Amino acid sequence: MAKKPEPPLHPLTPAQTWWLLAAGLAACAPLAPQVPLWLSGVAGLAFAWRALLAWRRRPLPGRWVLVLVSLAGAAGVLIQYRTLFGQRAGVALLVVFLALKQLEARAPRDGLAVVLLAYFLTLTQFFENQSIPVALTMLGTLVVTTAALANLTDAEARPAALLRLGGTLLAQALPFMLVLFVLFPRVSGPLWGLPRDAYSGLTGLSDSMSPGAINNLIQSDAIAFRVKFDGPPPERRELYWRGPVLTRLEGRTWRPGRHAIATGLFYQPVADAPRHAYTLTLEPHNKPWLFALEFATAPPPESVSTSDFQFFARKPVRERLRYELQSTAAVRFPQERVNVLAEALRLPEGLNPRTVALGARWGFEEDSDARRLGRALDFMRDRQLVYTLQPPLMGAHVADEFLFDHRRGFCEHFAAAFVVLMRAADVPARVVTGYQGGERNPVDDTWVIRQSDAHAWAEVWLEARGWVRVDPTAASAPARIEQNLAAAVPAGDPRPRRAGAGLDRLREARYRWWAVSNAWNQWILGYDPQLQRDFLERLGMRAPDWRKMTAALTLACGTLLLGLAAWMLWRRPRLAPEERQWRRLARRLAPLGLARQAWEGPLDYARRVGAALPGRAGEIEAIARLYAELRYGRAPAAGIAELRRRVAAFRP
Amino acid sequence: MASLTMFEQHYDLFEKIFLMPPTPPPTPLAAVLAASGAIILGKERQLRLALSCLLARGHLLIEDLPGVGKTTLAHTLARLLGLDFQRIQFTSDMLPADILGISVFDRERGDFRFHPGPIFAQVVLADEINRATPKAQSALLEAMEERQVTIEGASRPLPRPFFVIATQNPSHQIGTFPLPESQLDRFLMRIELGYPDPAAERALLEGRDRRGMLAEARPVLTPDILLAEQERAAALHVAPPLIAYVQALVAHTRTAPEWKNGLSPRAGLGLVAAARAWALLAGRELVLPEDVQAVLPAVVPHRLMAANEQRNADEIARALIEAVPLP
Repeated sequence: MAKKPEPPLHPLTPAQTWWLLAAGLAACAPLAPQVPLWLSGVAGLAFAWRALLAWRRRPLPGRWVLVLVSLAGAAGVLIQYRTLFGQRAGVALLVVFLALKQLEARAPRDGLAVVLLAYFLTLTQFFENQSIPVALTMLGTLVVTTAALANLTDAEARPAALLRLGGTLLAQALPFMLVLFVLFPRVSGPLWGLPRDAYSGLTGLSDSMSPGAINNLIQSDAIAFRVKFDGPPPERRELYWRGPVLTRLEGRTWRPGRHAIATGLFYQPVADAPRHAYTLTLEPHNKPWLFALEFATAPPPESVSTSDFQFFARKPVRERLRYELQSTAAVRFPQERVNVLAEALRLPEGLNPRTVALGARWGFEEDSDARRLGRALDFMRDRQLVYTLQPPLMGAHVADEFLFDHRRGFCEHFAAAFVVLMRAADVPARVVTGYQGGERNPVDDTWVIRQSDAHAWAEVWLEARGWVRVDPTAASAPARIEQNLAAAVPAGDPRPRRAGAGLDRLREARYRWWAVSNAWNQWILGYDPQLQRDFLERLGMRAPDWRKMTAALTLACGTLLLGLAAWMLWRRPRLAPEERQWRRLARRLAPLGLARQAWEGPLDYARRVGAALPGRAGEIEAIARLYAELRYGRAPAAGIAELRRRVAAFRP
Repeated sequence: MASLTMFEQHYDLFEKIFLMPPTPPPTPLAAVLAASGAIILGKERQLRLALSCLLARGHLLIEDLPGVGKTTLAHTLARLLGLDFQRIQFTSDMLPADILGISVFDRERGDFRFHPGPIFAQVVLADEINRATPKAQSALLEAMEERQVTIEGASRPLPRPFFVIATQNPSHQIGTFPLPESQLDRFLMRIELGYPDPAAERALLEGRDRRGMLAEARPVLTPDILLAEQERAAALHVAPPLIAYVQALVAHTRTAPEWKNGLSPRAGLGLVAAARAWALLAGRELVLPEDVQAVLPAVVPHRLMAANEQRNADEIARALIEAVPLP
């Protein structure tokens, strides 16, 4: 039989119980999207149960019930995640514990455990999402939890006073938070994205392209990267952000070709051509490639370049990455190697017969690659191809069906069909994917490039000029390149969610919000070791390392504490000299059990002390009268010297 | 040291102020206390409070069961202070005119003549005030506040000093109209007499008839001296720390959750005035926190509405005093 637990000496008051419930709820509710639905239900039920018991003033459930429920909860987490460790399972388990701890909290000590758990769970809100709204939610949770903590020590305080106290405490912690943020030595890598499961939800361009791939991507308005130009940006139609280059066509799917890798570049930027300098902040996309405006004058730091002019980071990009680049349109290409050109001419056997036949005819009729290219462009334009986000389903002969049957397609169809045409005409060609355009935020003058700006275009090799960018989409739907996607799609066709032109004011607000979140990303979330070093150097710290940072941290916190202490001392009402003497006397009497009550008047106190120490009664009474006269009467202030002398001479 | 020299210069003054025996010389007020203490036995604190109330120019409400000496106390004070005394027995059929007076047509002179009511006396005992209807009660309370009576457009000042002692039966008795809180605020103090302790009761039973003693008692004071003492009390020095203390007390009642409503500014004024009078009675020239604490049980509890619990006046006062530290 379970022994009935002893009722605690000081049980939680109803107000404390409600505060703990509020803190628990504030900590758990923001996690609801992270944990499975059944878990939210279980936690919600536990909270409701506790609230009902508190409302009806019924006793808490017995220990065995709780043991069973918590085992069931842990088992549920185990079944769901196949582990009790790792980020998500851990968070889920903590939610179970917090909800059930409420049902076990009898004394303020249990309340402390609830508060501690709530604090910890607050932190886990950052695991999934580190945006400003989440940070604000966390702040709210912190205030409520701190109020609940304050209520544990001061059960009588009113809710408004508790919330104010919580806010004040957090406000006082603010300078320390700032100092710690700036000075605490950074480790690279996000603190919150520890286990693997953090990256499953990342979207971005992939290294293969089959019909519909980019089309799916384009429905997402997630941000791919942000760019801030140092000077005036290039024209919008020049904004080709180069990504994976796809040379090999296997059936319907385009894949990267063979390429060499080097730390330098495979082309030479023209030395005195105009350049655009910019800073690019890449969102994590779990793939190694880096994007750059065509063509970068140097690889981004810690990356390699490939012979088809891509850039690769050493490992998949799993945290926000910031790099500075210069790009120029004027580059000279070396003579391409034979095997590369051969690969750029290969076509799968027996596919797209009509397209191949057409291309082969041009190859026969025209005597230069440039003319074949011109024929292809004219053909594409004359076909009156329609640019649409909802191309019809196509079979194995994608290029044939697109060019000759449906004549409706998306940029990937344009690019793919064009490359097939060119190869059939014996002109080396390949597909380049990446992003085109972007949206300029007038508030902070950054360009935001989203997944919906994903694009595919083509590149052909002309002996005289090297690799030449050809965008067949631009030939048929110039609006896509010059304005944006929404402008290019025929009326009545579905548009990407965000691309529709909203109300001006709404757009204005959106721009502002982007600017704010961009600043947040750049300076708060993007505050990595590099940025920290730069920032501290700009603040005047020479060659910052962790030792110097720790020293500065200690110094800053010490100074802050001293300042705070000084402020408190200064704010404390200064005691009048007679009051200080009087308190000195009372302090001296306290060890004898004769401490003065805070409300005790001088004569009363003197009488009490006199009764306890009959030998000192006369002296203490004289002192009390002197003090009373100085404090409450009209005696000349000089009497303080006499009081000081008498108090100093007083021996209990 | 400069301050020491200063101190030496003033040493004789300190000698005089502080080192003299604390027993004050017998003053007229002390004589009043002594004489009344001989008639009303074992109630020295209540007598002091009543006299302080009078010195602070306030009015007194005595709340207790019948027969514990309310009337005797009022009568004794009037007698010893040489003040004329009127008693109004409140009843449920009483009209304002029964208190204030009435104009009667004088046939010989051919006009109305004012017959002053019983309120035109220096000490008025309003006995069992809660037996009368609110209408009659408010006539009295208005006169108390204004210290004048307005009848048929003419204002008639009440005599000086003017001191109302109202008695009230505990309100749970049948057939009473207890004074509402807003009216209770008009009384500077409310005290309870309570049963005498055994020794006092024994002395009372053994001793002579109180009415006879009262009839023989001689005035110890004249109204002029009393008025002068009232002036002295009002002029007593109140130092800033004491003001701060009273303010802290009042502020505490306004913020602490134990009370529904806090003390009014009038209550704070009353506390200071009563503390001054108490200090004067103690023969002191300065007002101490002890004086505030001594009068607080009489001045504060009837103006506070406790939020939930039932405590008696002394317990409420004790709780308030112990909750507020001296500044």
